[in-house]
Amino acid sequence: MAIEVRIPTILRQYTGGAKAVDGAGDTLAAVIDDLEGRHPGLRDRLVDNDGLRRFVNVYLNDEDVRFLDGLKTEVRDGDSVTVLPAVAGG
Amino acid sequence: MLEIRREIVDALIAHARRDHPDEACGIVAGPVGSDRAERHVPMVNAERSPTFYRFDSLEQLKVWREMDDRDEEPVVIYHSHTATEAFPSRTDVSYASEPNAHHVLLSTRDSDAVEIRSFRIVDGEVMEEDLRIVEELGTDGRAAGRSPVWE
Repeated sequence: MAIEVRIPTILRQYTGGAKAVDGAGDTLAAVIDDLEGRHPGLRDRLVDNDGLRRFVNVYLNDEDVRFLDGLKTEVRDGDSVTVLPAVAGG
Repeated sequence: MLEIRREIVDALIAHARRDHPDEACGIVAGPVGSDRAERHVPMVNAERSPTFYRFDSLEQLKVWREMDDRDEEPVVIYHSHTATEAFPSRTDVSYASEPNAHHVLLSTRDSDAVEIRSFRIVDGEVMEEDLRIVEELGTDGRAAGRSPVWE
């Protein structure tokens, strides 16, 4: 089961420069765990003890997973996950 | 150095004035690797706050996809300060997530004279750079000083 995960410029140091990598799993959390096996360090940039990091946006297809089920959001073969750093400041 | 067309600067200033006293934000996109700020995209400040800004996440996805389709990147990321100078705050530095972008700051604290400055923010370091306002962007190597190509 393959889920395409699109990686932003700032995190490509963990994917050997790749713009997109394939992951597997039934939930977003499982996909991130799966990616961590091949791209160590990536997980820590996406999640902390409280769940998704506040300044990282993760989308399942066209939806922000914060409006779905967060890390527990179910994913299916062929889904696309996009990671974007939030653009924010004061 | 950031070179930017007067027409775009006018649009950024108009956006900052329109959203005052809340912070305004957006990008200027250009072809990947070109460093040419060509296409202004004003964004919604999802925080609608005089002290904080954040791109609306769904709008950001739409705009980032559009850039992907057009082989563009955010050449400029801009936002306004409405009560302080046009210099990156500590929060701006800690959240800066596009190391290749020019960070343009505007200040609308003086309603008669909007201040606009450009910075690089890399690994927590802020470096101010020249912001040159031009009528047209400089031409690239192909157009400058070469013989015309005959077909």
